[in-house]
Amino acid sequence: MKQRIAGMLVLVLLAAGFADAGDKRPARVALPAIKIEKGEKCVAPVDEMRRDHMKMLLHQRDRTMRQGLREPLFSLKNCVECHAGRETGSVLGKDGFCSSCHSYASVKMDCFECHTPLRQKKVAGKP
Amino acid sequence: MASVQYREIDGRSGGFYALLGGLGVLIAAGLGAAWSMEHHGHAVTGMSNRIVWGMPHVFALFLIVAASGALNVASIASVFGRDLYKPLARLSGLLAITLLAGGLAVLVLDLGRPDRLIVAMTYYNFKSIFAWNVFLYTGFFAVAALYLWTLFERRMNGYSKRAGLLAFLWRLVLTTGTGSIFGLLVAREPWNSALLAPLFIVMSFSFGLAVFVLVLMAACRWSGRALGDVVLNRLGKLLGVFVAVVLYFVAVQHLTNLYIARQHEVERFFLWDGGIYPALFWFGQILIGGILPLVLLFKLPSRRAIAAAAAGVILGGFAQLYVIIIGGQAYPQLMFPDKHVASSFFDGVVAAYSPSLPEVALGAGGVALALALTAVALKVLPFLPRSLADGDVDPAAA
Amino acid sequence: MNPERRQVLGWGAAAAAGAVLAPGLSLIELARARSPEEAASALQRWGLLIDISKCGECNDCVTACHEENGVTGHGRPETDAQWIRKVNLRDKRTGHAQTLPMMCQHCEDPPCVDVCPTGASFKREDGIVLVDKHTCIGCRYCVMACPYGARSFIHEAVSGQKADVPRGKGTVESCTLCVHRVDRGETPACVEACNRDGGKAMVFGDLNDSSAEIHRRLRSEPSSQVRADLALNTGVRYQGL
Repeated sequence: MKQRIAGMLVLVLLAAGFADAGDKRPARVALPAIKIEKGEKCVAPVDEMRRDHMKMLLHQRDRTMRQGLREPLFSLKNCVECHAGRETGSVLGKDGFCSSCHSYASVKMDCFECHTPLRQKKVAGKP
Repeated sequence: MASVQYREIDGRSGGFYALLGGLGVLIAAGLGAAWSMEHHGHAVTGMSNRIVWGMPHVFALFLIVAASGALNVASIASVFGRDLYKPLARLSGLLAITLLAGGLAVLVLDLGRPDRLIVAMTYYNFKSIFAWNVFLYTGFFAVAALYLWTLFERRMNGYSKRAGLLAFLWRLVLTTGTGSIFGLLVAREPWNSALLAPLFIVMSFSFGLAVFVLVLMAACRWSGRALGDVVLNRLGKLLGVFVAVVLYFVAVQHLTNLYIARQHEVERFFLWDGGIYPALFWFGQILIGGILPLVLLFKLPSRRAIAAAAAGVILGGFAQLYVIIIGGQAYPQLMFPDKHVASSFFDGVVAAYSPSLPEVALGAGGVALALALTAVALKVLPFLPRSLADGDVDPAAA
Repeated sequence: MNPERRQVLGWGAAAAAGAVLAPGLSLIELARARSPEEAASALQRWGLLIDISKCGECNDCVTACHEENGVTGHGRPETDAQWIRKVNLRDKRTGHAQTLPMMCQHCEDPPCVDVCPTGASFKREDGIVLVDKHTCIGCRYCVMACPYGARSFIHEAVSGQKADVPRGKGTVESCTLCVHRVDRGETPACVEACNRDGGKAMVFGDLNDSSAEIHRRLRSEPSSQVRADLALNTGVRYQGL
């Protein structure tokens, strides 16, 4: 059922996308910039990440906060390490990995009110 | 006794819309203040790490305490069977709901993260009296609404006594919870006492009735309804009794503290050398909110005197809550007995506080919200009797 | 368990964890006292012992704490956060002067945890009292409840947070006993600074571990708790008070 709804949603979105493409005006909402700067592959397949990254983050958040389990795999810190932009070092900003997609999807993020959006380690080969 | 006839207020006059407009401006100002506090952070207020609860909480607690007290008139009618108060029961139930709504709006909008209200509704720590209050406050809406339904719906009239009893018991627990917010804090010498719960209950009797009397007088006057001396004098006498009971509880609290060596410094601060707090205590709470209303109500009874007494009780009530809430935080916490204490975090000194405009605007917005909701409700549903003239109410029944 | 042994176990656990994870991921940071896959346990009770006869006029613990945790102010002392502060005491009769660091006392029965409506204020199994900022609604009731004035409300927007220490406007915070360092097997920043630059007045350790220095000293020397009358059983103890 969920999948069917998701499928219908995708269809609607696609239709909306084509309708928008037919329009001569430039797209009002910039497409998300998905540039991955570091790491070979993500901690889970892409479709799963797109769908469930918040579940993973929430689960890890409570484990770390409440139990002191600092498994790095699904930690927000780990996300930022790979996904922060090469120039900005941040997942926020115009082409930021998190912010560009979230503004496209119009979903408000609350993570970076408190957490730093900046990569902590230097990227190899950064100019 | 003839059955009471209720009517909506007309609510089409210029005066009515002017009233709503004025209240609307205050509500908008309150919302603007809340937005500013959330956007810029609480740094724009007078609150600090030492005075974490400021003016909004004085307003919010006044409204919440008055809300439970406003229901008393209905309780006297339904639970204690005094027929004189019966025509007033609907307005009493209405004020209980609207005042609580105004108070809770202020409390919620003052949160550091008002956007997380859903968290407050989904995560509970049942050892916290605050968590209990979430249930007590929301439950109070439901109970008061149920009670109003039994009053409005003819077929349900038979249940109004039972619903009234439930509402009465609920409000006693609710105000116990409100007083316990302060009474249960172990490390605050000015508060830590079981007396806070009953003190808040008698304060609610007094503040709630004062608000009720003023709203009733205004509503009757502006909607051209007769309000006889029988009803008004009875309410005035009752208010006098409540004011006296509050004074008694305050006296007991201070006399107990004066007896206990550990509390001597506290009493010195609140009664004598604490700056603004003794001034507010003696002039605001005791004189304007206590002695003056008693004199007006028992020595010079007149309509104007009753209105002035009710206004005095409300002003005194604000002074009392200011002293309790803000004075209680300003008084330095006792960490090291017999030592002078100093630090970068204002240990050992009386914390400074001056109310800021956003705080007052938010609080006043809550009051305006409560009054606006009341005005609109009076227009859409028949809360007020057509007449409260002496001939239309039954003094013998009281 | 002595530190060396913990270290060895930590290495073992880290290696095991590394083997379990996909080989392509080089995510494992080295050597932790407790492996990241091991939850904080009630077998431990972290605490501090502060000998105030050795605590002098310096402010090194405060500076180190605020540096470590990214606690920066706006030059407004009434509303800026302070996780640790130096408190100066002077006896009312004799004028005897003392100074000591004051911070969250990590009580066994913390009043802040009792009063928190959402359970955001909580005590970890190992005795560290924390604020879960994800569920803190900013009501400040815990600030009112704390006997030690240890908590701060964040009054303004924060930027430049440390990766291990998230902080944000509208929530309450306090000393975390440097929980991120403790989880790595290190000591809190204040203790490290005091022992490096200050009077060597602070000892950190497991109050339950009979081989730890803190346990040995609490066993053999007099110490006290601030506001012991409240019977909160604090994790931070003082000597020479």
